[in-house]
Amino acid sequence: MNIKNYVRLEFPSLPENVSFARSCVGAFAAQLDCTLEEIGEVKLVVSEAVSNCIIHGYENRNNEKIMVMVSISDDRSLEIIVDDYGKGIVDIKQALQPTFSSDASRMGMGFTFMKSFMDNVEVVSTVGEGTSVTLRRQFMSHNKEALA
Amino acid sequence: MKIEFKLVRNTVVVKLKGELDMLIAEKLRQEIDSRLEDKRVNNLIINLEKVTFIDSSGLGVIIGRYKKIASRKGRMYIVGASPSVEKILKFSGINKLIPIYKSEQDIINI
Repeated sequence: MNIKNYVRLEFPSLPENVSFARSCVGAFAAQLDCTLEEIGEVKLVVSEAVSNCIIHGYENRNNEKIMVMVSISDDRSLEIIVDDYGKGIVDIKQALQPTFSSDASRMGMGFTFMKSFMDNVEVVSTVGEGTSVTLRRQFMSHNKEALA
Repeated sequence: MKIEFKLVRNTVVVKLKGELDMLIAEKLRQEIDSRLEDKRVNNLIINLEKVTFIDSSGLGVIIGRYKKIASRKGRMYIVGASPSVEKILKFSGINKLIPIYKSEQDIINI
């Protein structure tokens, strides 16, 4: 499996950059000849991961760094890595559970969306140092000629 | 994101345009809550016809307003969600608490 293309983004933890990050990754993922629905799912998971960095990793501080690395491989797989250098997650297993609180700022579904719309989600975190979320998805070809 | 409000009898109707994510979530929460402070208001309709994206930040605002409306025994509805937005609403299960209709007219016809 060889990497065909990649992009690295580095931006401050501003809420404005959540939209930018998901649009950028969505545009990059379009190289995979995926459907609009699939691109929408990719944009959603990026939105969740980057929002997590700002809200939880950095506790809404806006002058911190977020890194997003995206790569496409020749087997039509997409890998997205979202890194922050914030407070880290004490209990990753608990963080990955869906939570439902009507007064929660975000309904606690970020990781649920990531797990549902990506084939694989890996979370590595160290308290006081930061969190890295890796999302992988394999895309099938929608090109009928390619299947012939 | 553009936010428009209108008051129809005891119902606040909020019409949103754009993307509903963490950038707008807090402002939207405050704007809706300020209108819900009017004790005459019992019901809330959120029109998502022109909303092009929603994530869990947006869902959080919606479900938080549901609790406020439910506490005063009011009703809340979502209208006009596009297929992609409705997919996320249903995935989250919000539709089990808040009915989703195609248009405001459909609610009037209930």
